[in-house]
Amino acid sequence: MGKASSSSTAQDALALFDSFRSAYSATPTTLKIIDLYIGFAVSTALIQVVYMALVGSFPFNSFLSGVLSCVGTAVLAVCLRIQVNKENKEFKDLAPERAFADFVLCNVVLHLVIMNFLG
Amino acid sequence: MVGKSEPLNGTATAKTGQSPSPSPPPATPMSDLLGNFSFKTLKLKTKQQELLIRVSILCLVYVLAFITRLFSVLRYESMIHEFDPYFNYRTTLYLTEKGFYEFWNWFDSESWYPLGRIIGGTLYPGLMVTAAIIYWALRFLSFAVHIREVCVLTAPFFASNTTIVAYFFGKEIWDTGAGLVAAALIAICPGYISRSVAGSYDNEGVAIFALLLTFYLFVKAVNTGSLAWALGSALGYFYMVSAWGGYIFIINLIPLYVLVLLITGRYSMRLYVAYNCTYILGMLLAMQIRFVGFQHVQSGEHMAAMGVFFLMQVFYFLDYVKHLLSDSKMFQAFLRITVTCAVAVGGVALGVGTASGYISPWTGRFYSLLDPTYAKDHIPIIASVSEHQPTAWSSFMFDFHILLFLFPAGLYFCFKRLSDATIFIVMYGLTSMYFAGVMVRLILVATPAVCLISAIAVSATIKNLTQLARAKDKVSQTGSAKGASSTKGSSKGSIDQSQPFQRNGAFALLFGAFYLLSKYATHCTWVTSEAYSSPSIVLAARGAHGNRVIFDDYREAYFWLRQNTPPDAKVMSWWDYGYQITAMGNRTVIVDNNTWNNTHIATVGRAMSSYEDEAYDIMRSLDVDYVLVVFGGVTGYSSDDINKFLWMVRIGGGVFPVIKEPDYLVNGEYRVDKGAAPKMLNCLMYKLSYYRFGEMTTEYGKPPGYDRARGVEIGNKDIKLEYLEEAFTTSNWIVRIYKVKPPNNRW
Repeated sequence: MGKASSSSTAQDALALFDSFRSAYSATPTTLKIIDLYIGFAVSTALIQVVYMALVGSFPFNSFLSGVLSCVGTAVLAVCLRIQVNKENKEFKDLAPERAFADFVLCNVVLHLVIMNFLG
Repeated sequence: MVGKSEPLNGTATAKTGQSPSPSPPPATPMSDLLGNFSFKTLKLKTKQQELLIRVSILCLVYVLAFITRLFSVLRYESMIHEFDPYFNYRTTLYLTEKGFYEFWNWFDSESWYPLGRIIGGTLYPGLMVTAAIIYWALRFLSFAVHIREVCVLTAPFFASNTTIVAYFFGKEIWDTGAGLVAAALIAICPGYISRSVAGSYDNEGVAIFALLLTFYLFVKAVNTGSLAWALGSALGYFYMVSAWGGYIFIINLIPLYVLVLLITGRYSMRLYVAYNCTYILGMLLAMQIRFVGFQHVQSGEHMAAMGVFFLMQVFYFLDYVKHLLSDSKMFQAFLRITVTCAVAVGGVALGVGTASGYISPWTGRFYSLLDPTYAKDHIPIIASVSEHQPTAWSSFMFDFHILLFLFPAGLYFCFKRLSDATIFIVMYGLTSMYFAGVMVRLILVATPAVCLISAIAVSATIKNLTQLARAKDKVSQTGSAKGASSTKGSSKGSIDQSQPFQRNGAFALLFGAFYLLSKYATHCTWVTSEAYSSPSIVLAARGAHGNRVIFDDYREAYFWLRQNTPPDAKVMSWWDYGYQITAMGNRTVIVDNNTWNNTHIATVGRAMSSYEDEAYDIMRSLDVDYVLVVFGGVTGYSSDDINKFLWMVRIGGGVFPVIKEPDYLVNGEYRVDKGAAPKMLNCLMYKLSYYRFGEMTTEYGKPPGYDRARGVEIGNKDIKLEYLEEAFTTSNWIVRIYKVKPPNNRW
């Protein structure tokens, strides 16, 4: 009984994964690049958190600025992704160039503050 | 082709016919006048006319907001008011003289003797930096102003800027008409004026501007979904954090708003962009203020924002996956797994954080906001401040006047045209109204919301009424309305038939609205001139012949301290006067208005409520050279130390149980006459206040020693001081200074 249910769950998960892949392959290349960037930022943040858990958070501001830099980058990239995605009807009026300019501006501010905070 | 051009034409005429109506109602007669004038001479289009009127009204409101706050400068002089502003003034002076780095690293040894205070790390520097920048800019433009003038006029200047922000905010949530009305209402609203008159150089002066700016930019970001506006909102938040501790309201209101939108199913990508960008950047920027530091990730008050941030990520991720997976059954399975995981992880993180003490629990101030009775039971030092008392109904009426009635009407209009922006203003209005009820000073935070919502009510009502009046006009002139207004015209036509006196009714109602608004204007001016423009450092009273009598005793006393005491003398007084003594008297104080160390204040309270010999030991241990008390028995000034004395007893008794409140009361009654408690009659505060008062006749027909502030003859007229001696008493006896004698060197 238990075995059957677990195997069915595994099958479910496999099916889920497969349908994910097939659905995701339809995404335009530009969005895929952004996704890669987001994935990289999130994994860097996770590595830092794990490192903090192992070694300790002593220069707390450095830890925070490191993690927030990654999280901020990821979030801003998600925002960019939302804005340039053609499927989102809410942002039809927003030109991709404008979206990218906003993105760069926010990143500049973010990293200026991070540099100040790193100390 | 023809069929296409005709509607175009139609809409164009409809536009020109209609566009005067959105122009602000108070200006309609003027707009007609201007229309006749400009059509002939300047040939302005209706749109341009409207713009011209709007800009000129805004300019007038801008100027009005500034000049209505200048009563105190005209009546008295260009001076700093009250208590806290003196500290701000002193720090600004320091900042302009020594530069930013010195200011940031300033350790102040003149207050909290012998502890001292790290000023740079324990204050919100926004106000001082703003004033210093204005000062430097003026100097650069070679206007030779004194820093005091800049400080005095900072609050009115920012009030003017607030009106502009209010206009844009109103425009964002409703339309330009509502924006204009909001600007006009907030320019003269007493609730705001109370904290922003000239000379009231306090954090709130710039903070309300920052608060409204942050909210406006956030709503704009939600409406447009643009990162640039969200960045602007984060910068506004940074300014707010640098200026006032009330930023906690923003960091809790915005997540609450997002949560409400999520629950009501109004989640949108725009909301995601606006909130996340604002939160991440705002949090990072706020951490640059040393006084706030890591609180955004460590204190319980800020955790709501972080929780909502993570919730947004989960929500977005789920939304995205749902979008990818067309199979709904599969999505259900996925949803179950992720939601369980997310909730578990969040719960574990919060639990571990709280248990390990990493996330600090809510502070007492925060509790006292949520539960008005909390401070009274637990933190007497918060309860003792008069502006922290729960608000009386009358002060709502006093500060809002007709806005109090227009507020629910505005809420009705908001609910009728529900959008993301109106939901925001409704939530802002309701939460801040609650907080305004908890604490008197938070009426200030509610004022912009009340003004905006009332402006919606006024604008929508008057617009409807003028449309009624005008539509009838048009119907009688042209027979039928055309173009876009045809639906309105027809609906009005149908109403017309059912209500024959509609037009007259509309005129009557319009007249009533103007009457109310003009009453509001007169009330505001009256309140500003009578109640909110007194500096409280210089007291004014009416003399027997109706002439004005000025009591300048405070400055007299502080000047005496500055001139006649050694530069390193330590002055003990109740904490209310600490800032003023350091700023004006330039002497070291034991405690001041930055009530960061309760024990130290309790020690002073204990000294004041002990017998003279016990107090002497305490004062020796604190190195006190002078004791300053404020006494209103001669002038009838009621907020003096004798009336504050029970708080000293309470705060002292909270730390030192030897001080017991019942010892100072007779049958639960606080009195200073013959029936007073023996301990009361012989404690240090009583002795210092009434020393030699028994010899003085204050009013004809009353015995000597008649206390005019409390209306009784004092109980102990023969006061002998053993360890202190009178050093100085001001001309109206308001401030009395005593010198602590050195110990006997022989026995």
